[in-house]
Amino acid sequence: MIIKSKSKSQASENEVVAESVYQQRRQFLKQLGLAGVGLAAASPAQASIFDIFSGDNKKASSQAFVQSPLTLTGSKDYADGEIWTPEKKVLSHNNFYEFGTAKTDPQKNAQDFKVEPWTLTITGAVEKEITLGYDDLFKIADLEERVYRMRCVEAWSMVIPWTGFSLSEIIKKANPTSKAKYVAFETLYDPKQMPGQASSYLGGSLDWPYVEGLRMDEAMHPLTMLSVGTFGKTLAPQNGAPIRLVVPWKYGFKGIKSIVKIHLLEKEPPTTWNRLASREYGFYANVNPAVDHPRWSQASERRIGNGSIFSSKRIKTLPFNGYAEEVASLYQGMDLKRYI
Amino acid sequence: MSVLTYKRVPYFKAYIHVLAIMPLVYLGLAIDADALGGDPVQAVIHFLGKGALNLLVLTLLISPLAKRYKEGLLISTRRLIGLYCFFYASLHLTAFAWLDLGWDIALLFQELVKRPYIWLGMIAFVILLLLAVTSPMYIRRKMQRNWQKLHNFIYLAALLTPLHYYLSVKSGWIEPALYTAFMVFLLQLRRKKRD
Repeated sequence: MIIKSKSKSQASENEVVAESVYQQRRQFLKQLGLAGVGLAAASPAQASIFDIFSGDNKKASSQAFVQSPLTLTGSKDYADGEIWTPEKKVLSHNNFYEFGTAKTDPQKNAQDFKVEPWTLTITGAVEKEITLGYDDLFKIADLEERVYRMRCVEAWSMVIPWTGFSLSEIIKKANPTSKAKYVAFETLYDPKQMPGQASSYLGGSLDWPYVEGLRMDEAMHPLTMLSVGTFGKTLAPQNGAPIRLVVPWKYGFKGIKSIVKIHLLEKEPPTTWNRLASREYGFYANVNPAVDHPRWSQASERRIGNGSIFSSKRIKTLPFNGYAEEVASLYQGMDLKRYI
Repeated sequence: MSVLTYKRVPYFKAYIHVLAIMPLVYLGLAIDADALGGDPVQAVIHFLGKGALNLLVLTLLISPLAKRYKEGLLISTRRLIGLYCFFYASLHLTAFAWLDLGWDIALLFQELVKRPYIWLGMIAFVILLLLAVTSPMYIRRKMQRNWQKLHNFIYLAALLTPLHYYLSVKSGWIEPALYTAFMVFLLQLRRKKRD
């Protein structure tokens, strides 16, 4: 008997198979899918019963979105040398309900997303309101690469090389007034391009547009980043092109995508998931292994690395996602079991 | 005249086997082709869970369909479909414990105690397990009237599973609501029969 075993570093077949072979396999699956799924009506997550009748490519795009290379000033590792999540997984495992609730929906439905022209405004409690076009997004500050851990509230995590700059750079340019205590963010609202906004079935019945917020000191923290790229290229639409927020010590849903508005204000702004279920998602949403989500444990997480799904690895979740040294002082004296 | 005759039953059952196994072949190929995304753990768990739920619906549909269309022999396929429902539910639970929890049994028990949606799923699973174990004919004969009493618990499972589904997703209620409505409809049919 021949027993095949594989060392951990060895590439698995799906890491070396050519793109064209993949496409063939997927085509075959699509044909098979119509027959096979008939009984068990089950494509990923919720978008399924109605999908079967039209195949899995109803809104899929013909051509992939083109990501352009970016010029970086340098790269810094903020993830203690942990192995990066492969780019392919970062591109195909996304929570971006504007394009559908299944993890594969954003990649499938976002390829035709238009990022040019784009308008981002910085308004509210500032001395100088700012309006930026698409090209301006890449000129606000030097672009650097930062490798951060990304911890989703669903208890999986990745390690991702983001390209961008500190959010504080752009806020400083607008000269905040003394009334600026919070920063509110808003995603593009465009149901024509974002099918999840047009259909509550596809988009999980969230209130649109997606809104998020930070306290001013969180927003000005040097780790808080506006990202315009991953893996040295401009962002893919499913990752929040052309510009998104990355706050590495908070759960991933704080990282609002495809931002069109940044508004400084005096009162704590509403945030999308908090509005939907305030008991489950707080305004702060700091990664905290000591406070469980009401429906699952937050003490550990499944790291999405370079292995197959059968090599699942659970690791301990760290307070503030491992960035406690840098950010714990922001929350001194606050009861983090109450301010979730 | 019934379409399903004694002669045709074995062929019909063979067809059910093929239909029930095919989604698993599809799942395997889809994982291999990365069609479920770079990290299909959640997709695999949902696929198997929903497969079990659909098979539960189908199991409950057999008897009303047999009556409506006067296909008495259809009843003889009910056990087979019910057992496939249990098979999918077992795979669903295995996928959760293996792919998501990485066989961290301590964590599995913690989650079992703390999370209502997991209790609901586990209660439904235990019901299906008991029904599967008592499904052979000779056990059915031995249990006599108790068998029917035990197997009526399938209606409890039918109500618990859509609720388990609803509580396990982050948002969205439409699909679980459709399942619940359909289950209630099936229960209603049964109640009428008793009156």
